[in-house]
Amino acid sequence: MLSVQENLPVEFSEQLLAKFAEVVSRYPAGKQKSALLPILHLVQAEYGWLSTDAMDKVAAYLQIKPIEVYEVATFYTMYFLKPQGKYALEVCRTGPCCLVGAERIMRHIEQRLGVKEGEVTPDGLFSWRGVECLAACGFGPVLQIGPEYTFYENLTEESVDALIDTLKNKGLGQ
Amino acid sequence: MMADEVVNFKVTIDGIPVEVAPGTTILNAARQIGGDIVPPAMCYYSKLEGSGGKCRTCLVRVSKGSEKDPRPMPKLVASCRTTVMDGMEVQNITSPEVVEARKGVVEILLINHPLDCPICDQAGECKLQDLGYEHGSESTRYEFERRTFERIDLGDKIQLHMNRCILCYRCVYVANQLTEEREHGILYRGDHSEISTHIEKALDHDFIGNVIDVCPVGALTDKTFRFKNRVWFTKPIDAHRDCPTCSGKVTLWYKGEEVLRVTGRKDDFGEVEDFICNTCRFDTKKTSDWVLEHPTDVEKESVIGANHYESFNLPPVIKENEKLQLANAEQLQRAERLK
Amino acid sequence: MGRKLLLEHINEPGINTFAVYRQKGGYRAVEKALKTMSPDDVVEEVKKSGLRGRGGAGFPTGMKWSFLAKPEGVPRYLVCNGDESEPGTFKDRYLMTHIPHALVEGMIVSSYALGANTSYIYVRGEMMPQIRILENAIAEAKAAGFLGNNILGTGYNLEIYVQPGGGAYICGEETALLESLEGKRGNPRIKPPFPAIAGLYGCPTVVNNVESIAATVPIINDGGEEYAKIGIERSTGTKLISASGNINKPGVYEIELGVPVEEFIYSDEYCGGIANGKKLKALVAGGSSVPILPANLITKTATGNPRLMTYESLADGGFQTGSMMGSGGFIVFDEDQCIVRNTWNFARFYHHESCGQCSPCREGTGWMEKVLHKIELGHGSMEDIDLLWDIQRKIEGNTICPLGDAAAWPVAAAIRHFRDEFEWHVLNPQESQTRNYGLAHYADPLEPVVQ
Repeated sequence: MLSVQENLPVEFSEQLLAKFAEVVSRYPAGKQKSALLPILHLVQAEYGWLSTDAMDKVAAYLQIKPIEVYEVATFYTMYFLKPQGKYALEVCRTGPCCLVGAERIMRHIEQRLGVKEGEVTPDGLFSWRGVECLAACGFGPVLQIGPEYTFYENLTEESVDALIDTLKNKGLGQ
Repeated sequence: MMADEVVNFKVTIDGIPVEVAPGTTILNAARQIGGDIVPPAMCYYSKLEGSGGKCRTCLVRVSKGSEKDPRPMPKLVASCRTTVMDGMEVQNITSPEVVEARKGVVEILLINHPLDCPICDQAGECKLQDLGYEHGSESTRYEFERRTFERIDLGDKIQLHMNRCILCYRCVYVANQLTEEREHGILYRGDHSEISTHIEKALDHDFIGNVIDVCPVGALTDKTFRFKNRVWFTKPIDAHRDCPTCSGKVTLWYKGEEVLRVTGRKDDFGEVEDFICNTCRFDTKKTSDWVLEHPTDVEKESVIGANHYESFNLPPVIKENEKLQLANAEQLQRAERLK
Repeated sequence: MGRKLLLEHINEPGINTFAVYRQKGGYRAVEKALKTMSPDDVVEEVKKSGLRGRGGAGFPTGMKWSFLAKPEGVPRYLVCNGDESEPGTFKDRYLMTHIPHALVEGMIVSSYALGANTSYIYVRGEMMPQIRILENAIAEAKAAGFLGNNILGTGYNLEIYVQPGGGAYICGEETALLESLEGKRGNPRIKPPFPAIAGLYGCPTVVNNVESIAATVPIINDGGEEYAKIGIERSTGTKLISASGNINKPGVYEIELGVPVEEFIYSDEYCGGIANGKKLKALVAGGSSVPILPANLITKTATGNPRLMTYESLADGGFQTGSMMGSGGFIVFDEDQCIVRNTWNFARFYHHESCGQCSPCREGTGWMEKVLHKIELGHGSMEDIDLLWDIQRKIEGNTICPLGDAAAWPVAAAIRHFRDEFEWHVLNPQESQTRNYGLAHYADPLEPVVQ
């Protein structure tokens, strides 16, 4: 069962609704449910995660039942069902990346950020987790940061430090 | 030949021939034969469209594809979702490979099951219990912590005990096909999938009580019957009433003079004949509400009939075959001990 | 140097743009197919080419196309499978990133062959940058008149849309992909019916891998027979290989099928040998789900023949001593790698990615992961190794979709070839936490098996 303790009431903006409409136009009439995954990505890009209220409103928009949205949002790993850090670092933890040091990189990120996998730093800027193969095995270790899933390859402790510093400055500056 | 005359397919299951209409599944062909050679089915439910294929307990071996293409199928197939071909030959209990695979499926279905039969209302009419009895081993090789969930009340009549669920999806099909408002479904994925309403919500629909009848295990139980009695101490009587919502044909489960619960009437394969409404099920428990017909036919060997499991009754086909005896060794030993 | 058909212009600056791609001869295949060939002619060329599906199963693409049902008045769909998620495989990401028009052009040619007027490219959601690149490429092609209504004045209409996934390996299975594209959980469908009869929205559908679709471009340009001249036997044409692990030059390489494995690993044209002067210990030749091979079965088959990069040669010896081409995810392990740890890692992957629909996979993958983790941490027993073997046997072949097999095979192969490394973990629980088993005897030449 999902937690509804944490909820975030949302009101989709005109711009967001226009994007929804464009997505829906890609499918035959009556098949608007196909738009569910892309629309959930749009909603997550806007709010950082998918609250129950956001999912219910997506259901209403697509004229499907809320449970159909929950079923999908909980099946796919990219959708966050609770708030994350402003920068959610996702490090590949699968075989080929581990052959070239992914486990070391994850330990380093944990130490550097001072929070465990899945937790958010006190300043709200960072969270991190290991994810399964990101299909970049030749450039490992790798990590990605949503919502545009910017990619960072051939990671070293030094390059991770530099990345975190840059993001920190950027995040605090805003 | 008449153009619209349907020519039946000849199929052989464990050496027993049967003629069935094209489009019939292997499982339903076996059910037409009946008896020991019917594969067990935990997720398939003939009255629910799209059900089946998931639990893998009904796997069988197709040793001959058809008359036209006699090649055997390369893998075991789910008999509930594989349709017969003319001349097909199928092995169920006569294939050591099938017996082995089924044992594996049962073991796997039980690794995360709480085995809390002593306090489970489903005990005695539980398909997983039957399956474990017939095909399971006596101890588990699983030594890790079993996954657990909180119990959830789906309204005041139905309780969801997710620990016991085997994810057959039948209840989801019921909600989809019998009600317009599906409020529960499968959340998450893999071995932490769960049946849920997301938000604790009453399942509020005239026919939603049927999720209890279709649940093969004790995951969805009738709260109005909870802990009232063991099913094998109750006496089932078929009865009917004039119901504006459903057929009104039910089974009443008596203890003495008291109706403890009401269910749909179940056939030999545990499927209800008619889906009944919530009013009949939960709110109509006085004998005076019903026209009693006759005691429900209960198989003599069933737990409800005999108050305990019968010892493993060796089908003749196994008695005559050394390989099959070997494949069924565990069951045989248990039957010996229980004598 | 082998011929390059897909990556010929990969180093051309701006090849990701329509202008440069076109200038290098791009979209000729669209012109040729739409203006001079019937859809059936295109299917025929692809059949002649011998092209086999590049996603992993290796099923002949032309034959798959010919199964497509064509009832009157029912739309047909082409769906491109860009859900690349098999550990070790990253060729589609590479192709879509650097030369997206190769895929768009292939989509137009293939959609025309199949009579599809709406086609979807399903790309895993994590590849959001690639999704943007493809959307951009599609817009460019449309602006140039290669998409939309009445393409090149031929009367053929086609729209292509890119669909993001949501993070699920299982959506690489074609029916799970279609479920996902319909906005549902990625649960594989129970077959039959196959997508060729009832696929997307219940309509006849073909699902092809990114590389397979891109390969139709050179096939149409040069003709199926020309394409079939490259390669050996039933392994025709070129193939993108994703090379990763402990090698000097990881990356994506286009090879002519038939290159010796030894050459692929050690020549400077490809992997450039094992990194840091180490020795080769093991190889996963076709993505994480195919059987892992020890050093002494990699460059030579059990019968002593050189092993080649072909579907047949990689599979030589069956699962006893061979492996599979799979999706071409070539993962190289050096002598410092621990096979037990890697097997646990892969088992964790499959456990994480199991959709949970059918019981052997849902429960069995998690069980294998837990037992492997126990052995890796030095708490295992000899019985655990036998138990693992038994669990994988209970999963293999008994599931709805091939994910069960994919989870079972790597465990089976690791135990088959590296059992003593597992036993060493059991017998040396402390030592196994501080050092690895090493190369041991895994590179010792085998006595050739006389058949």
